Amino acid sequence: MGESESRRAPEEIPLEKVNDYAWRIPKYKSGMRVPGMVFANEALLEKMKTDRTLWQCTNVTWLPGIYKHAITLPDGHEGYGFPIGGVAATDYDNGVISPGGVGYDINCGVRLLATTLTEKEIRPKLAPLADTIFRNVPSGLGSRRKDLTISSADLDRLVVEGVPWLIKRGFGWPEDAEHCEEQGCMANADPDKVSSTAKRRGLTQIGTLGSGNHFLEVQKVDKIYNPKTAKAFGITQEGQVTVMIHCGSRGFGHQVCSDYLRVMEHAVQKYKITLPDRELACAPGNSNEARDYFQAMACAVNYAFSNRHAIMHWVRQSFQQVFHEPPEKFGLKLVYDVAHNIAKVETHKIDGGEKKVWVHRKGATRAFPAGHPDIPADYRSEGQPVLIPGSMGTSSWVLVGSQKAMDLTFGSTAHGAGRMMSRSAAKRQYWGGDIKAALEKRGIVVRAASASVLAEEADQAYKNVDVVADVSDKIGIATKVARLVPLAVVKG
Amino acid sequence: MDTPEKFAGKFEFLEHTADVYIRAHGKTMEEAYENAALAMFEVMTDTDKVAQTQEETVEVEAEDQYALLYNWLEALLVKFETENILYSKFQITSWEETAENFKIKAKIWGEKFDAQKHPQKVAVKAVTYHRMVIIKERDRVILEFILDI
Repeated sequence: MGESESRRAPEEIPLEKVNDYAWRIPKYKSGMRVPGMVFANEALLEKMKTDRTLWQCTNVTWLPGIYKHAITLPDGHEGYGFPIGGVAATDYDNGVISPGGVGYDINCGVRLLATTLTEKEIRPKLAPLADTIFRNVPSGLGSRRKDLTISSADLDRLVVEGVPWLIKRGFGWPEDAEHCEEQGCMANADPDKVSSTAKRRGLTQIGTLGSGNHFLEVQKVDKIYNPKTAKAFGITQEGQVTVMIHCGSRGFGHQVCSDYLRVMEHAVQKYKITLPDRELACAPGNSNEARDYFQAMACAVNYAFSNRHAIMHWVRQSFQQVFHEPPEKFGLKLVYDVAHNIAKVETHKIDGGEKKVWVHRKGATRAFPAGHPDIPADYRSEGQPVLIPGSMGTSSWVLVGSQKAMDLTFGSTAHGAGRMMSRSAAKRQYWGGDIKAALEKRGIVVRAASASVLAEEADQAYKNVDVVADVSDKIGIATKVARLVPLAVVKG
Repeated sequence: MDTPEKFAGKFEFLEHTADVYIRAHGKTMEEAYENAALAMFEVMTDTDKVAQTQEETVEVEAEDQYALLYNWLEALLVKFETENILYSKFQITSWEETAENFKIKAKIWGEKFDAQKHPQKVAVKAVTYHRMVIIKERDRVILEFILDI
């Protein structure tokens, strides 16, 4: 079959260059309520033209109540309904909520820990540390932690109370919650709005990494770009060891999305909403359908925060087991935890006035500026930490949010590298064992549950995350703070 | 991923950047459904290594044919996630269809997932409607769908 033809957008999408990093999709056909806006450099834009990214960006402009423009970020690629790397804000009273604007992996996100150790200090213990983390943090197919069993009643409380509930149960430290988006607990979560299937999937998977592009890395700070902000975030020197956890809400969140896509399909008919793609199924923000979704989504958001929190707890335990000292001795402080797939109620300045909106971020990171009340008090003078994970073996980034993001992207920036090679192509080109050997040659310790995942996740299969961070920095929607590179990779 | 020779005529993996894109074949809708399920488990493991020691029945209902395919695959995925059982043989035993309702029953065979015995490939997060295609001709059926991984 002609794969390239089938992957392309069903139509040519017109683009108007605004500047070197911004391209407008004009309102070129009826149905579009606002223009589209693509933030990318020329090369990233060319890549977007090879699949349906730009077409999907155009489709998002049809959403009732959408403000200003539908946004595609530098790491944009084809997703389900919305492109991944997509942002849209709709009016709180007269706009819609679309689960496709959040995605299947609700609150897939990243958590970063900073240690007081340096690469030199950790190097001799790196392999045993990777082994210990690999043992303590379940990853891969069917992964479950046998000694963390929670009852259905516990699960209902966990998804309502989030990270603070786990802290009360002895997981993590009291100050951890403050350093999570939403303080690790999104309000309005109602477990009665979550199906029993989602709950069954969630019961066995809390505290597990999953597979695919999710990973846990022991990293070092490779380069500091903004020493003042880095210091505020606890990143004080190059060579300093950090730990990054990248995962989401597992089967719980996937099932919430799946269940509510069905609900929204009916809502589209009921409320007579015209859409160019059924995957954008949505409901008016003030409808029962939307309210139910939002309350169920909040449960999945809290599940994901808790998932990363439990994993972090076991990472700290792993340091203790390997170094035979309490984890506090090595810092291991939570820098921040950010969501990459989420819908939020926020206030943004639009057409000169303050507007309450539903912000959809799908494969996008919130990037609030200094002074914003929603960021932790100790970071408020700097701005919100933005965490952008790379692909396996490449660098990851810490950026800081800015006013430019409020002006241009509803307080958002990119979230990752974005694939550019199919898994089949990656597997034809690479073999898991070779990838592992190549990484180990570079001094990176690799522990993976699956050799085929290693091949599929080869870093050459991804867009260069450095370019994505660079474009974000050049546009100014989130600027560079520090670049992190892996020392050890744990994968599903 | 490339499709192993042994599955020729049953299903193939098509190119897709981020996820898994499957085309399943069958002489009948039932057979295509069985092959679609086999393909999904082949994404997760090597189905040849999954013994058919445990037999179960599954019933799935939906309001249209797309939702039926989605629900069928999702039901199997949920069974794997909640009961930790991999399946390698599927047989649709009953197919009832009216204008507004589709209902199927199936027998499925598999065994408990054992990380020592069953090679781990990629976990499937979800079934999607993205690019879902159902082609029914006189003597053949083609199903195409994308799994979110």
